[in-house]
Amino acid sequence: MIKTQWVGFLTIFKKETSRLFRIWTQTLLPSLITITLYFLIFGNFIGKQIKDMEGFSYINFIIPGLIMMAIIQNSYANVVGSVFGAKFQKSIEELLVSPLYPSTILVGYLSGGVLRGVLVGILITLISLFFAPLSIEKPFLVFGTMFLTAILFSLLGFINALYAKSFDDISIVPTFVLIPLTYLGGVFYSLSFLPPFWKNLSMINPILYIVNTFRFGFINYTDVPVFSAVIFLSVLIIVLWFTSLTLMKKGFGLRL
Amino acid sequence: MNHSEMALRINDLNKIFPPDIEALKSVSLEIEKGDFFGLLGPNGAGKSTLIGIICGLVNKTRGEVKVHGIDLDTDPYLMRKQIGVVPQEFNFNIFETCFQIVSNQGGFYGMEKSPARERSKTLLSLLGLEDKMHTPSGQLSGGMKRRLMIARALVHGPKVLVLDEPTAGVDISLRRSMWDFMLKQNQEGLTIILTTHYLEEAESLCKKIAIIDEGNIIENGTTQSLLQKLKKETYVCYCEAFQPKEMTFPFDFRVINQKIIEVDLKESDILGDVLSTLSSSGIKVKRIKNKVNRLEELFVNLVEGSKTHD
Repeated sequence: MIKTQWVGFLTIFKKETSRLFRIWTQTLLPSLITITLYFLIFGNFIGKQIKDMEGFSYINFIIPGLIMMAIIQNSYANVVGSVFGAKFQKSIEELLVSPLYPSTILVGYLSGGVLRGVLVGILITLISLFFAPLSIEKPFLVFGTMFLTAILFSLLGFINALYAKSFDDISIVPTFVLIPLTYLGGVFYSLSFLPPFWKNLSMINPILYIVNTFRFGFINYTDVPVFSAVIFLSVLIIVLWFTSLTLMKKGFGLRL
Repeated sequence: MNHSEMALRINDLNKIFPPDIEALKSVSLEIEKGDFFGLLGPNGAGKSTLIGIICGLVNKTRGEVKVHGIDLDTDPYLMRKQIGVVPQEFNFNIFETCFQIVSNQGGFYGMEKSPARERSKTLLSLLGLEDKMHTPSGQLSGGMKRRLMIARALVHGPKVLVLDEPTAGVDISLRRSMWDFMLKQNQEGLTIILTTHYLEEAESLCKKIAIIDEGNIIENGTTQSLLQKLKKETYVCYCEAFQPKEMTFPFDFRVINQKIIEVDLKESDILGDVLSTLSSSGIKVKRIKNKVNRLEELFVNLVEGSKTHD
């Protein structure tokens, strides 16, 4: 049965990879264009008029946050789109009637989300080289945060897809939760610039911890303690993993 | 019957959909290895729920299901490996090609890439889809989609094939070629469970039949033994032109026109005697056929009978 699970996982991963590249104009291109515009407008046109932020040029300060924003959105969108699409077409039944464990199916879909998130992250990092010199102070932390974040938001996308009954249901979370939390998560500014109320409110935003940990890996600056952020990220992943697995085992949103 | 000879064993199976819709009441069923088993019932009788539970698409509320001795509660994953399923509705990714759909399904059952690809090619060719292998499934006709789902269900070499209305919406010549294919698979040892609304399909293919209605099995036996339960059959007799007049026969009949008579035969009536009687009255019967498919007649009797009892 172990071999069956391994081959099954590879098949899902292959399917997800093939989907990612088949519809690359929907999966890869939009983020690359949007973030490039951010680099151009906020980094170059407006950024040049802005004073240094915590001793770093504005574009150097926002690049890690923008990369992370793309990773979050893409890993989430990949899994929620793929799983809900399979539910909508009923092709998810191909997996449900198979001998694959719920954990294998889950890892298969997560691998697609992580691949897209990390791939977009790397491509945007390369694009950023056209706008500012890149320095990575702590490569292990940068790649570690990249992977953990992609896993976390893939898991969230998976849970959203299980609950979703219509296409509207898969756009609610990104529009009303992810984008506001990301924009208010310190992508464009340092916490020290905020008045006390907003500063305290920001401290309960999980994306703030992720963005700052990632930024710390690039430029050695953070508004939050990095160690607690990594622990927080890991604990969230464990909680969401078991939540997803329990929902899968019960057949929530999948089996009648 | 020894349990080891059973392809499928279901005991006291119950399914309640929230809030309180009891789709299956207490279904018990045994299907022998190598059987071609028909599961018939009106719409909403519980057929698809029963099949959904066997295949892993529906969670049961209570009861026991075993496929080739493997218990659904103990090892659902190993149990699913024994089964291939052709669902009622098309359920594949319309952007994937036929070949991708079938070979990926092999992968989901643990088949290595090379054997899965070979087997996919063989099955698609056997089902007449060799020139559609690299066509996106969304571009196929209804009949081709049905055949694609059969190929997909067989790719991993299941021991039990579950067909949920596999020929729905398929034209008669294609339906017959699909029957031949399924019969060949059955002759090679595959156990087949078929649900269908085409009762002549069930009568000509199935060795055994169960009829399910309102969540209960109301009849279960060999196709022949079930057909013997028919109390009355109507035959249409095509005759040489005769002059309709006052006629009296020891059986019920209706003169439709000067060339056609319908005759109702009870269990005790002998067809040969009926023909002799007609002949001695100067009516020469050229051809004769059942007015309604026999199984259809039995099916209607049984289902209506079960409602009368309620």
